Amino acid sequence: MSPAIIEFHNVVKSFGQQRVLDDVTVSFESGKTTVIAGGSGQGKSVTLKLILGLLSPDSGEILVNGRDITRMKLRELNKIREKFGVLFQGAALLDSMTVFENVALPLRERTKYKSQEIAQRVRQMLAQFNLEGHEDKFPAQLSGGMKKRAGLARALMLQPDIMLFDEPTTGLDPQITMDIYRLFFTSQKQFGYTSIIVSHDIPKVFNLADQVVLLKKGKMMTFSSPEDIPLSSEPEIVSFATETMGHIYSSRKMEHNI
Amino acid sequence: MISLITKLGDSFLYMVRDLGRMGLFLLSALMGIFSRPFRFRETVRQIQIIGANSFGVIFFISIFTGMVLGLQGYYTLRKFGSEGMLGSAVALSLIRELGPVLTALMVTGRAGSAMCAEIGIMRNSEQIDALECMAVNPFRYLITPKFLATIISLPILTQFFNVIGIAGGYVAGVILLGVNPGAFYNGIEQSVVTEDINLGIVKSFVFALLVVWICTGRGYFVHILRNAGFGAEGVSRATTQAVVLSSIAVLIWDYLITAIML
Repeated sequence: MSPAIIEFHNVVKSFGQQRVLDDVTVSFESGKTTVIAGGSGQGKSVTLKLILGLLSPDSGEILVNGRDITRMKLRELNKIREKFGVLFQGAALLDSMTVFENVALPLRERTKYKSQEIAQRVRQMLAQFNLEGHEDKFPAQLSGGMKKRAGLARALMLQPDIMLFDEPTTGLDPQITMDIYRLFFTSQKQFGYTSIIVSHDIPKVFNLADQVVLLKKGKMMTFSSPEDIPLSSEPEIVSFATETMGHIYSSRKMEHNI
Repeated sequence: MISLITKLGDSFLYMVRDLGRMGLFLLSALMGIFSRPFRFRETVRQIQIIGANSFGVIFFISIFTGMVLGLQGYYTLRKFGSEGMLGSAVALSLIRELGPVLTALMVTGRAGSAMCAEIGIMRNSEQIDALECMAVNPFRYLITPKFLATIISLPILTQFFNVIGIAGGYVAGVILLGVNPGAFYNGIEQSVVTEDINLGIVKSFVFALLVVWICTGRGYFVHILRNAGFGAEGVSRATTQAVVLSSIAVLIWDYLITAIML
């Protein structure tokens, strides 16, 4: 088992009367791909925002590389954030900037590279993500898939240790979804990052997973592989698996029982 | 009865929290001035958007405000046989009150609403979250250039408003209604003192800060504004709120500064 790179200890997060995370303890292993699955409004995106320090928990600890980010000053937190890359649901490219400027932004803001070197690195990255010839376009002029590719290129510019994906394939057609997954595979192989993926795209996204975390009613349940989910002793989890993962996975349970 | 008290208490607590949030927002935006790297080009771009692009609208508002002042002032002063005081009346009204107030209201409507909508959309589409995730300070990057640009532009636009407004008063009073031009100029020279100009400048700086603070702040917190809703509707309500609050704040502070400095 790999060491944990991110750990939640007894994390509680509520919005008004609604308790989104209820005394959650979970760890995300270094170098692995963890898929966080669960229904809408169960707190998947909140979990990502807690990891990034964009939200603070009501109680509990969140450790990144063993350091509690909930008690950090902004300057220290920013140092930790430099280790992260994030692909947002809508890619979150800055509207007023071109694709080139968006992808160059982390280098311009966080490094001391000269503009020529930045341009060279950005062009290299854009070529890798099949965005050559689109450098001067604005995000509004891009298709959904191109936006995601540009968002991924920007997230990887500083070669992060941890990549967070918030619904990376939502709203994309099946072919572009497969392109994004292929890019995920190649980029993870190249950069060797730990990844946490929040997705509705079940069971397809489970093909990427080394570990699955299910979120239900504020609780998180960890499974060492997607195949273990239908084998759960809890009927609610089994019904979730049957509903979302279909017969392939439910038949494994039958095989197991035989 | 208990429910009414609960609602009042809840609203009061929300107001206190909102004021606290806005106070910290103002501090962070001002601290952004001293953070490096300084975004010089973006600040200049904002000066163009907020300041330079407002000259046209300010020109029309100011010339007609001056002409109306000239017209109204002429008929009022004629009753007392004091048409010669027209220059003084127009200049003092513009420099002390109307110049700073109307310029601030015009900048609120033209640039303040745009700033609020822009930042609100960036918040809703997670662009501000993306900046934070890249360890880029969103205040230094987004908000501070707007603060600086407004604080630089509004006093300049106010002085432009005053000059064009006085010219409008001259057109209406001297050219159209036949007031003696010498008396018009003399009235201005005799009555306008440095304190009047200073009062106008102080007002324009304070109004600039209020307008940019409220407009960018409402956009920045669009996701947690009570009753604002989500998405496009949330941004539209936040923008309405920003314009209304800025306008009210400008008028209240106009009274306060006048009361303190006069």
